[in-house]
Amino acid sequence: MPSVMLKKNSEGKLIFYVPKKDLEEVAESVEFDTADKWGGEVLLADGSKYYFEPIAPPDFPITLRAKRLDSGEE
Amino acid sequence: MAALTKEETEALIQEVLEIYPEQAKKDRAKHLAVNDPTLEKSNKCITSNRKSQPGVMTIRGCAYAGSKGVVWGPIKDMIHISHGPVGCGQYSRAGRRNYYVGTTGVNTFGTMNFTSDFTEKDIVFGGDKKLAKIITEIEGLFPLHKGISIQSECPIGLIGDDIEAVAKKGNKEIDKPVIPVRCEGFRGVSQSLGHHIANDAIRDWVLGNRDGDESFPTTPYDVAVIGDYNIGGDAWASRTLLEEMGLRVVAQWSGDGTLAEIENTPKVKLNLIHCYRSMNYIARHMEEKYKIPWIEYNFFGPTKIAESLRRIASHFDDTIKEGAERVIKRYEAEYQAVIDKYKPRLEGKRVMLYIGGLRPRHVIGAYEDLGMEVVGTGYEFGHNDDYDRTIKEMGNATLLYDDVTGYEFEEFVKRVQPDLIGSGIKEKYIFQKMGIPFRQMHSWDYSGPYHGYDGFAIFARDMDMTLNNPCWKQVKAPWKTEAGSEDVKIAA
Ligand code: SF4
Repeated sequence: MPSVMLKKNSEGKLIFYVPKKDLEEVAESVEFDTADKWGGEVLLADGSKYYFEPIAPPDFPITLRAKRLDSGEE
Repeated sequence: MAALTKEETEALIQEVLEIYPEQAKKDRAKHLAVNDPTLEKSNKCITSNRKSQPGVMTIRGCAYAGSKGVVWGPIKDMIHISHGPVGCGQYSRAGRRNYYVGTTGVNTFGTMNFTSDFTEKDIVFGGDKKLAKIITEIEGLFPLHKGISIQSECPIGLIGDDIEAVAKKGNKEIDKPVIPVRCEGFRGVSQSLGHHIANDAIRDWVLGNRDGDESFPTTPYDVAVIGDYNIGGDAWASRTLLEEMGLRVVAQWSGDGTLAEIENTPKVKLNLIHCYRSMNYIARHMEEKYKIPWIEYNFFGPTKIAESLRRIASHFDDTIKEGAERVIKRYEAEYQAVIDKYKPRLEGKRVMLYIGGLRPRHVIGAYEDLGMEVVGTGYEFGHNDDYDRTIKEMGNATLLYDDVTGYEFEEFVKRVQPDLIGSGIKEKYIFQKMGIPFRQMHSWDYSGPYHGYDGFAIFARDMDMTLNNPCWKQVKAPWKTEAGSEDVKIAA
């Protein structure tokens, strides 16, 4: 369950940062990203997948706990 | 010498690795790579931030060095106690040349060494009492200090002293911040974790000090310079440019910086990060807690300076954007003259770097401005995200080496035959004896500043002075040079 720091970049894309792993990656897709619900499966540009408990849309930047689902190509 | 092709570089790495035993070879292979600028992510080609192999010669420092030496040390109006035996502080004292203004020993303390000078007795019975006494003594002897940080050396963690408790009591007693930093040298694999621990200590013990206090008058143009340690005056040469374009620099972290500046940083509009490696943690924290955006910038060489000034300005209104253009214009004649003078003397020369922090990638642009080419670079204590940012800056098929060992570096140099090497003091004399021009790029070889337009002029002069110094022709004994052996033959 890594802590993930999430922020939006200047193009409005979600940036995913895991301090412990120096992982800095753009999120390709977020399962739920609506006015009242945010979270679910997040797919990163490097192919790895993480899962966030769906919550009310947070105020980015924010640190949240995620579960790693799939490590991509590795 | 012509540049190596990708295959040649790969072959060179294999050749160098040959000497290691199986296990070490496997490990070191992951840290050496041929650059491929088309890659997006460095983890495909290079591994970093891992424990060094036992038995090799590494140049890395310890967590205490990262915290006391880099992050905390330059905060000039605080007293930083090197808590533990005397050596750690004394042998690193003032070596980094973080310049500051002030009267040392009265209101600033940058070049002094404060230590609890542990002896056997303190190890056996614990050093907490001694530490408490030191805090009282400091308050009596140096009443103008603004706060104390306790920089733990290895033994503190080993004997389990409770410096947090002493700090809390000390804080009540002297009514100034007393900050315990758990940066014992054995933590982590290099000084890098020390930076992180130091950042966390600032976050936990300093940054929130003025939350809710609105007495500091702010402007829409407030910025903080983060990760500039004012080595040889670097931060000053940077700050003038920012101020000229209309920004107000509220804080310098931490070169020539003060405790109050750090406490006021959460009030700024934008954080400007120079050394990403050592201070990105606190910038990310401020972004989350205070919603202050941060950007990385690079003040080495006119190309990168102009790029950075424009990028910084893009976060502000038109007055600042015009200000950036004005600054670039104003210095144009000056830096062009520097290029015109030195480029013909340096053009086409090849450089190998091995440094720490931000420099293995940040100085590349400055060399390129002078027509030089960086053919190899590496970090002492970089992480993946550093290499991500480096791949794009480096040419195709150039060498990347992480935590390079003494042996590997020498072999690479022998084969690549660069015209100049930029690295640290421990490498300096080896390469000079090999007859290769060398600049110490950690604290600018007693020179500097190198940041900003003013710094670029000094940078160019220093590189020329080193590279084109006639002494390199004298390194070989006369009878060992070809011309010399001719003479000997004739004489015989
Ligand atoms: S590793 Fe420990 S003993 Fe050595 S300099 Fe660092 S803190 Fe001091």
